[in-house]
Amino acid sequence: MYNEIKKSQNRLDGYEKVTGQAKFGADLNFGHQLYAKTVYSEYPRAEIVSIDISEAEKLEGVVDIITYEDIPGENEMFGRFPVLAAKEVKYIGDGVAVVAAKSKETAEKAVDLINVEYKEKQPLFNMKKAYNSKDDLVHTDKEDNIIEHSHHLMRKGNIKEGLQKADVILERTYYTPFVDQAYIEPEVIVTIPDPYREGIEIHGSIQNPYSIRENVAKIMDLKISQVKVIHSTIGGSFGGKDESVMLMAARTAILAKRTDRPIKMVLTREESMLESCKRHAYELNYKIGAKQDGTIVAIEDEVYTQGGPYNNKAMFANWRGSVHATGPYRVENVKTDYYGVYTNTIYGGAYRGFSAPQTVFGSESLIDELAYELDISPKEIRLKNCLKEGDTFATGQKFGPGEIPAPLADIIEGVCEHSDYEEKRAEYKEFNNKHNEKKKGIGISCTIRGAGLGGEGIDTAGATLTIDQDGSINLISDLTEMGQGMRTAHSQIAAETLGVSLERFTFINTDTSIIMDGGPTVASRGTLAGGQAVIEAARKLKERLKKVASKKLDCKKEDIVIGNDLIYHKQNKEKTIAFEDLIEVCLNDLGISLSAQGWYNPGPEELDEETGQGKAYPTYVYGCAVTEITVDIKTGKVNVDKITAGYDIGTPINPQQVKGQLYGGLLQGLGYSLMEEFEQKEGYLKTDNFDDYLIPSIKDMPDIDIKLFDIEDDFGPYGAKSVGELGIELVAPSVTNAFYDATGRRIREIPLNLERTLLGKSLSK
Amino acid sequence: MQKIEINLTVNQRSYELKVKPNKRLLDVLRNDLNFTGVKEGCGIGECGACTVIMDGEIVNSCMVLAGQARDSEIITVEDLESENGLHPIQKAFIDAGAVQCGFCTPGMILSTLNLLKENSNPTRSEIKDGLEGNFCRCTGYKQIIDAVELAAEMMRD
Ligand code: FES
Ligand code: FES
Repeated sequence: MYNEIKKSQNRLDGYEKVTGQAKFGADLNFGHQLYAKTVYSEYPRAEIVSIDISEAEKLEGVVDIITYEDIPGENEMFGRFPVLAAKEVKYIGDGVAVVAAKSKETAEKAVDLINVEYKEKQPLFNMKKAYNSKDDLVHTDKEDNIIEHSHHLMRKGNIKEGLQKADVILERTYYTPFVDQAYIEPEVIVTIPDPYREGIEIHGSIQNPYSIRENVAKIMDLKISQVKVIHSTIGGSFGGKDESVMLMAARTAILAKRTDRPIKMVLTREESMLESCKRHAYELNYKIGAKQDGTIVAIEDEVYTQGGPYNNKAMFANWRGSVHATGPYRVENVKTDYYGVYTNTIYGGAYRGFSAPQTVFGSESLIDELAYELDISPKEIRLKNCLKEGDTFATGQKFGPGEIPAPLADIIEGVCEHSDYEEKRAEYKEFNNKHNEKKKGIGISCTIRGAGLGGEGIDTAGATLTIDQDGSINLISDLTEMGQGMRTAHSQIAAETLGVSLERFTFINTDTSIIMDGGPTVASRGTLAGGQAVIEAARKLKERLKKVASKKLDCKKEDIVIGNDLIYHKQNKEKTIAFEDLIEVCLNDLGISLSAQGWYNPGPEELDEETGQGKAYPTYVYGCAVTEITVDIKTGKVNVDKITAGYDIGTPINPQQVKGQLYGGLLQGLGYSLMEEFEQKEGYLKTDNFDDYLIPSIKDMPDIDIKLFDIEDDFGPYGAKSVGELGIELVAPSVTNAFYDATGRRIREIPLNLERTLLGKSLSK
Repeated sequence: MQKIEINLTVNQRSYELKVKPNKRLLDVLRNDLNFTGVKEGCGIGECGACTVIMDGEIVNSCMVLAGQARDSEIITVEDLESENGLHPIQKAFIDAGAVQCGFCTPGMILSTLNLLKENSNPTRSEIKDGLEGNFCRCTGYKQIIDAVELAAEMMRD
């Protein structure tokens, strides 16, 4: 039925990427450019007594040095981030000064010559201590250490009565660490003085160009329209290339303006790990009440999310967390509270999942514990409680025909059957009875995930399509391609809607000066919202083409069909005109505009802030994973042997790329489960490169088997929903649940490194 | 430090350069010779983004000094495409969906090239051994392994 979508197509930027021609930020060079480097704090918390740049200034090749005194506008960006620390450094990654020099080596030398005198203070590195403190404050203009607007809650039913009805109540606490996105490309910004509008032009590895533009304008005291941001080819981001590149853009913009020269700043891996945002560390406190037969009657939870000293994500991520805290289950009585907390440590931001990896680890460990407590199969307890037609979610949203689809029970059944879940459970039990050195385990986890921004903001997106004389088509979106394959998906959607082939498309990198801000590229909404804008632009062009064709072919507009690069009468194939010929008529003979903008605006979601009740997300995606592991009892090493997973992500526009998103997410989830963690000591960071921050290599890749359940849901473009973030969140709980199955030991803190698997506790804390 | 004269052959072309002996081969290739297909991900020999083939061996060019590379023959990803079009490995990487952000791709492709030179029909586990030194954060590796298998098949035919 479709020609260009629901079909695996090669990505449109494949050629330049396999030949080495694609230009990433670090590959950009401009004449007379200078190299910038930041002087970072030496302490997690200290008063800045003085900054002496005199020695550095004398160094041959140093062109400029800036400190907080040189900021033209405000020294505060969204989330309280200072461009450069003024009176106090509040964490180990704070910038204090920036050098611009003629070579990278000179910049490095100059950084060492800058002498900053500090007066050390005791840092607030413990989250709970910071949460409870009213006198020791990270920001002294506040009354506590709770991040602004980060307290989100959910109230449904009556928690007290609900818990009273329970036959069994479990109280559990789970912990997750700060982790890094670990994109292989470290951050880069190149800023050029704009000769035409007294402004600046910023290039680099930028996930969200519009927020960078807004913040840079503010600190530069420029109009927003004077700042132009274009992202280069981005070497992975996963939410991460945001705050750090905002800081880099601000610092280089000041230097570019002062020196009137291009400024290039490339972070080393160490700087990237120090300065970029992390996935928030969580403490999840749960209380669950259930009947003897496994029916959940109430869940009460209090979740603390560690923010660091500055934060512009907890206010959104905690809201998402609060919606999903009770998992994909029918729970009549809910009381949820999420709090973001300021600390003098590295800070939390966005990383694939945006609260889900932490929350799902908590809630899916919890239901597993409940299953064992009640001696019910982990699969059965999930089937019993999962959201089905007629049920209501924690938000009060109703599931069922004409409303939100609720396919999870089918997905659980499908994945369990496909993985022989129950058979293998029995088989591994037998195996474990016979073997002492190696134990095998199987674990399950499920999830529901709100598609798009939902209540975080209006899910708008824009796209512009322009057909040129030769019939080639330019597509630009306000959303960014970071490797996830969005430009290919968008082009497929445009090609399908217009009735032309994919080869015609060229995609331009987002440039804030030529397309309007439709919101950030986050929340797995590139296809969901961006695709809708593309459809609208394509439909507008199609209408214009049909109108001209109807005159040319002398028939009614309604009878015109565009398909396979031809425009023809639906019954009379004699009446046909080639796409190129029609374009020529439009442009050369009639002077018709063949550029159209599409704008998608679903409107705001309705929510009651006092209770969290309301339409949190327009629709949801689902998943279930079964993970099999082998534990070496002597060494504590956990090997993930196989992951079988099933997802409903709606229509896969490009199945090959959809699977790529899921595989990639699963492996990041495996890293989260087993190895990824920052070692911190009293606010200092002990982990700063890939020799001690371990990420999965190809050797860690388990057998992966993914099945897509394409459940009908009209919400997204051609029925597509969200996929980018979904892969990651099921892994950690299914691994720890499998670990329990294998060993009878419950680990409530990830990653399952050797210290935890051998001793059951972390040695480094 | 005194600059030294070195001779390097990169992608069959020879270059005479004057560089500091402790300059990294990575910087020589990227900055002096503009082979920006060579990437830097970690600078400590862990990620494989800077992989090149030096005298037939896979090396992390961030760990090789210009002095050590003297008179050597280097292959970078820029060498693979010919008048006949993309190399089968490059084609296979595209066809199998083994490319996402593309930052690891040049290194992955070069490691694959050497692997297939030594073993034209590797098993999945041999592929894992061959690409162990190259991190990819995007793909989860599955489609990379598929691509290597596909490339091996295309190159055998
Ligand atoms: S940059 Fe050389 S191995 Fe990472
Ligand atoms: S494709 Fe992004 S790191 Fe491999």
